Amino acid sequence: MFRLTRRVAVAAMAALAAFGLGTAQAQQPPIRIGAVLAVTGGAAFLGDPAAKTLRLYVERLNRAGGVAGRQLELRLYDSAGDPRQAVTFTRRLIEDDRVDFIIGASTTGETMAMIELVEEARIPLISLAGANVIVEPVKRWVFKTPHSDRMAVEKIYEDMRRNNWTRAAIVAGSGGFDQSCRAEARALAQRFNVTIVADETYAATDTDMTPQLTRVRNANPQAIVGCGFGAPTVITARNFRQLGMTGVQFYFNHGVASQQFIDQAQGAAEGMRMPVAALLVAEQLPADDPQKAVTMEYTQVYRQAYNENVSGFGGHAWDALMIALEAVRRAGGTDKARVRDEIERTTNFIGVDGIFNMTPQDHMGLDQRSFKMVEVRNNTWRLLY
Amino acid sequence: MRGFLGRWGGFLVLTAVVLLLPLILPNRFYFDMAVKVWLNAIVCVGLNLLIGYAGQISLGHAGFFALGAYASAILTRRFEIPGLVAMLMGAAGVGLLAFLVARPILKLKGHYLAMATLGLGIIVAIVINREIWLTGGPDGVRVPALFIGDWRVSRIEDWYWVAGGAMLLAVWLALNLIDSGVGRALRALHGSEVAAATAGVDTVRDKAMVFVVSAVFASIAGSLFAHAERFITPQEAGFLRSIEFVTMVVLGGMASTFGAVVGAALLTVLPQAVAEFQDYKHLAFGAILIATMIFLPKGLVPSLAELFRRRRP
Repeated sequence: MFRLTRRVAVAAMAALAAFGLGTAQAQQPPIRIGAVLAVTGGAAFLGDPAAKTLRLYVERLNRAGGVAGRQLELRLYDSAGDPRQAVTFTRRLIEDDRVDFIIGASTTGETMAMIELVEEARIPLISLAGANVIVEPVKRWVFKTPHSDRMAVEKIYEDMRRNNWTRAAIVAGSGGFDQSCRAEARALAQRFNVTIVADETYAATDTDMTPQLTRVRNANPQAIVGCGFGAPTVITARNFRQLGMTGVQFYFNHGVASQQFIDQAQGAAEGMRMPVAALLVAEQLPADDPQKAVTMEYTQVYRQAYNENVSGFGGHAWDALMIALEAVRRAGGTDKARVRDEIERTTNFIGVDGIFNMTPQDHMGLDQRSFKMVEVRNNTWRLLY
Repeated sequence: MRGFLGRWGGFLVLTAVVLLLPLILPNRFYFDMAVKVWLNAIVCVGLNLLIGYAGQISLGHAGFFALGAYASAILTRRFEIPGLVAMLMGAAGVGLLAFLVARPILKLKGHYLAMATLGLGIIVAIVINREIWLTGGPDGVRVPALFIGDWRVSRIEDWYWVAGGAMLLAVWLALNLIDSGVGRALRALHGSEVAAATAGVDTVRDKAMVFVVSAVFASIAGSLFAHAERFITPQEAGFLRSIEFVTMVVLGGMASTFGAVVGAALLTVLPQAVAEFQDYKHLAFGAILIATMIFLPKGLVPSLAELFRRRRP
C-alpha cells in the first residue's frame, strides 16, 4: 500500500513536472537565428570558421539555459559564395523559417545582393563582410562587424609614416572588397603624404601575379599595399618572394587574417605586415588590454572544440552573434524593430574584433584602437603595436 | 477532340498547374522558388529545341541568359529605357549575336561544337567580369523594377504570374515550332544530317534558326530574372550555370518540351530540398542525379511515359 502511494506520488510529480516544463516551453518560443555563409566554394575560408563558431556557441548557450530564458535555434544555409543562392536563402530565412535576425553573408557581393530584401522585410542583418559600401551610406537594417577597408588602409599608411616611406604601390583583386580597398588606398594617399607609384589589378581567377608584380618592381616603391583575400593573396605572396624583391615592405589588408594564408604561402608570407583584429594575437596582448579576456576565452573554446587555430573570420561571427543576442536581451524579446534599435545602441561592447560603439550614423562601430598591426614571423602572427 | 487533347493535353495540364499552384504555396519563399522554376523552364524549353530536336549541344546558354539580364539592367538603369523595350532590345541583340556565330559554330560537330559554345559562354562571362565601368564587375549591379504599362511588378506573387505566363507562352511557341515543317526537318536532322540534306532540308538554315530561337528564349528569361531578382552578378554567365541548364534538359528528358519543364523544376527545387542535409547536401544532390541517369537514362518524362504506356496495353 505504502509502495503504491509512493509510486502514484512519483508519477504525479513526474506528470506535473512534465506539464510544468511543457507550458514553460510553450510560453517561450526559441530565438530563431538565421545565417547565410559561404561554407563551401572559393570563399569557404571565410564561411567555414564562421559557421563553426555559430554552431559551437549556439550549442553552448543552449546548454547554459539559452538567452533571456529562451533556447536558440540556428538556421544556417551554405551560399557557396554565390549571390543568387545567398538571396534565395535569405528569402527562405525570412519567409519560411521566420527567423528573428540574420547573420551573413561572408562576402561583400553577397551582402549587397541581400540588402534589398532585408530592408524590404524589415529584419536586422549583421554582415560578416569587409567593404565600407555595406554600411556607407547607412542602411536602416544593415550592420557589420569586421573592420572596414578604409581603417585597414589608414593603419597601413600610419605604419608607413612611422618608417618614413612615401612611395606605395597597390596590388588589388577585381572583386568588391578588393576594389573598395583599392579606392580607399587611392583616396587616402594624399592625406598621409603617400604617392601611388603603381596601381595593378588582377582577376580573382588569375593563377600568376608575376606580370603585375614586375610592373610594380619597375616603379620602385617602398611599400606595396595588397588588397584582397583568398587564393590570389597567397599567389601574390609567393610571386613576390619568387621575384626576390628586397627593400620593399609588403602590406596586406585584413582579408588575409587566417592561419591558412600563412600556411599556404609556405614561408612566402614571412615579414609581411597587416592590420588585424586583436583576436589573432590574443596570447600576445598585454594583460591589461580590455579585449584580453574575451579573445582568450574564444580562442580556447574554439581550439578545444575543433582542434584548429582561430581565424579573424570566425571572430566576426562571434561578435555578430553576441551583439544580436545582447540586443535581444535588452529589447526584452525578438520584436524586429526593437532589436534593430538596440543593435544600433550597442555601446562599449567588448568583442573579439574590438570595442563596438554603434550609432545611427555608424553601423559598424569600431575605431582604430582595436586594429593591431602584426607581422608574420616564424609562420605565426607577431604583434607590433 | 481526341486529336486536340493528344496535341494539347500536356499544355492544358501545365496551364492548370500554373493556375492552381498558388493555392498550395504556403509562403512567399515558395512563390520565389516557383518564379525561378518558370524562368529556368523558359531557358530549358528553348535549349531542348536545340539539344533534343536538332541534336546540337550548347554549353554556352548561360552566356545568353546573362546577356539578356545585363541588357535589361544596363538599358533600364543607365538609359532609362522602359523595361519591356529593353528586354526586346536585349533579345534582338542576343538573337543577332547568335545568328552571327551560328553558321561558323554549327558547322562543328560533337565535342568541337560543345567547345565552341563553351568558349562563347566564357567570353561573355569574362567581358561582364572585366568591363566594370559598364557592368559593375564581379559584384554585380542593381536592376530597377519592371513596369508593364503603369503596373510596377514588384511583389513576388505578381512575378509568379508574369513568369508563369511567359513560360506558358514559351512552351506554346515551342510546341508549335515542333509541329511545323521546321520541327519535322529538325527531327530528320537529328536522325541523320546527311539524310535530311539529301531529302531537301536546308540543314544549315534550320540549325541556325533553332540556335537563334533558343538564345532568344534564354535572353528573355534572363531579362525577367534580372527584374525579378533586382540584382544580377556575372556568376549568371558562368560555366556552371550553362552546365546546369543542359543537365535540366537531359534530366527531364530530351526531345520532350514538358520534360524540360520538369527537369528545370526538379533541379531548381532540389538544392533547396537537400539544403537541410547541411554537410551532406552535395552528396545527396549527386546521388539523386546518378540514380536518375542509371535508372531513367532517357530522362524523367520520356522514361515514365514509356512505363505508363507499357502498363496499359
